[in-house]
Amino acid sequence: MRVLPRHDLHCQQAVELVTDYLDGALSRRQRRRFEAHVKDCPNCSAYLEQIQAVIAMTGTVHPEDLSPQARDDLTTLYRRWRGDDPG
Amino acid sequence: METEPELLERLRDGDEEAFVMLVDRYQQPMLRLACTMVPSRAVAEEAVQDTWMGVVRGVHRFEGRSSFKTWLFRILVNRARSLGTSEQRYVPVDPGPAVDPGRFDAAGAWAEPVEPWADASDARLDAAAWAPAIKAALDGLPPRQRQVVLLRDVEGLSGSEVSAVLGISLGNQRLLLHRARNRLREAVTAAGGRA
Ligand SMILES: [Zn+2]
Repeated sequence: MRVLPRHDLHCQQAVELVTDYLDGALSRRQRRRFEAHVKDCPNCSAYLEQIQAVIAMTGTVHPEDLSPQARDDLTTLYRRWRGDDPG
Repeated sequence: METEPELLERLRDGDEEAFVMLVDRYQQPMLRLACTMVPSRAVAEEAVQDTWMGVVRGVHRFEGRSSFKTWLFRILVNRARSLGTSEQRYVPVDPGPAVDPGRFDAAGAWAEPVEPWADASDARLDAAAWAPAIKAALDGLPPRQRQVVLLRDVEGLSGSEVSAVLGISLGNQRLLLHRARNRLREAVTAAGGRA
């Protein structure tokens, strides 16, 4: 049974709330409406799952290792900075 | 692996090895972020180098009220901005939707079904397979979206840390992040949505 359909979110509104939802930034009322929509909507449910997958994937992207040359250059600078340091 | 407070303690004592360990950990993430703020790689490198000098000389003033990472990135953002930014700082964040309105019908429902990715629930396991697509999509993001997503989803800073580092409101930080995530999602979908 759907109660108060006029107060339901539609998909276009729900998808814009996903990051707020994941950040715990929605009010309790907004969160309930969001969760109710996603529960009943396979499309928004898939969208939410994909955003969560994207976050997991992005978290595994690591920059390339530092080249030994760059590390040496910075170490040389470090010695100079320390040498300059009046303190 | 040594904890960051231990490394900082050693850095305060002038320990070169501790410096090298911090450089190994943060040099590349810093370069990536700096590249979103200045016009060239050379200027980004200069900003990062200035930041390390600031760290070496200022580490005795770091009190640990924020995380080291937040402090470090904040110095970097200030240096990068002072080196001549290609970024338009004062342009307000567009409050418009992240998802293309053309994807929805007149009632605001999806016009076409969202096809679940074959392995979305196993994304953590298969993330390595997606790394190239995600990396390419990251590089294609507008600078401010890229800054936020690098700090939040790559570096793991919290929303409030990111808003402090970049000097933007929490709400704008989330708007930019959501837009960035949505574009990354589109990139993965375009790449086939399965590993
Ligand atoms: Zn929906």
